[in-house]
Amino acid sequence: MHAAVIVFPGSNCDRDLAVAFERAGARVSMVWHKDTDLPQGVDIIGVPGGFSFGDYLRCGAIAANSPICRSVIGHAKKGGYVLGVCNGFQVLTETGLLPGVLLRNAGLKYICKPVSLTVETADSAFTHGYAAGSHITIPIAHHDGNYFADADTLDRLEGDDRVAFTYDDNPNGSARDIAGILSENRRVLGMMPHPERMAEPLQGGTDGAPMFASLVDQLALA
Amino acid sequence: MKARVHVMLKNGVLDPQGEAVRHALGSLGFDGVNGVRQGKVIELDLSETDAAKAKETVTAMCDKLLANTVIESYSVEIL
Repeated sequence: MHAAVIVFPGSNCDRDLAVAFERAGARVSMVWHKDTDLPQGVDIIGVPGGFSFGDYLRCGAIAANSPICRSVIGHAKKGGYVLGVCNGFQVLTETGLLPGVLLRNAGLKYICKPVSLTVETADSAFTHGYAAGSHITIPIAHHDGNYFADADTLDRLEGDDRVAFTYDDNPNGSARDIAGILSENRRVLGMMPHPERMAEPLQGGTDGAPMFASLVDQLALA
Repeated sequence: MKARVHVMLKNGVLDPQGEAVRHALGSLGFDGVNGVRQGKVIELDLSETDAAKAKETVTAMCDKLLANTVIESYSVEIL
């Protein structure tokens, strides 16, 4: 399984994401934002956390219009897999690959702490390694993680089983406690919590590891 | 030719920063502030000389980058 991790100026979780994929058995290529093409045969693209372009204008807005993002959109439109974590989730909403937007946290504070999540669906390559309804602990680290979308969009996400994770104790004001969502074809996941920061015992827990293990398994079969 | 873009959160989208400013005004003794909404002003210096074309181009810029129309509305002024 071959993963590409995109690197923007200001990305700071790109290496963590690469390590998590590698430990799960994937081959990883790092791809600079000015590149226009992805490496041949990429199965999944990781859009990492951080502060791409200093969060200028809006979080993720400038990254979403960078040269590599045209290839990321093309990859997703052809049915390719994309994982966006934190700032990566913000980038994916700005590209339009995922609906809604991440607003400033309702409490206005930057929050960095482990939170308890409910896995809402096991029906995706990302969440196949978890039992639906199970609770996992994954850290968040964001200032703008307050998920917002209009009521119709939220109803559709819930109705189509596209909410991947919810917060057990909503830290940021997200609509319907949403922490992560899937695209219509269930191959693009955006989430604010950082599974790559809870992927091996030294990090204090391994609740993020099943996501990478499951992706490597499922995509190796594909 | 210069253009000025105002970007505001749409009605119904919670503006936590505006709310914080409203609270701060209240604690400074400015009573009677019923609401505060915070937006952005973006000024552009354009080489275009035709006002209609400039407006069209800046509107495209707003749709593509300057505003996120899921949550924000914008207005364009050609100066």
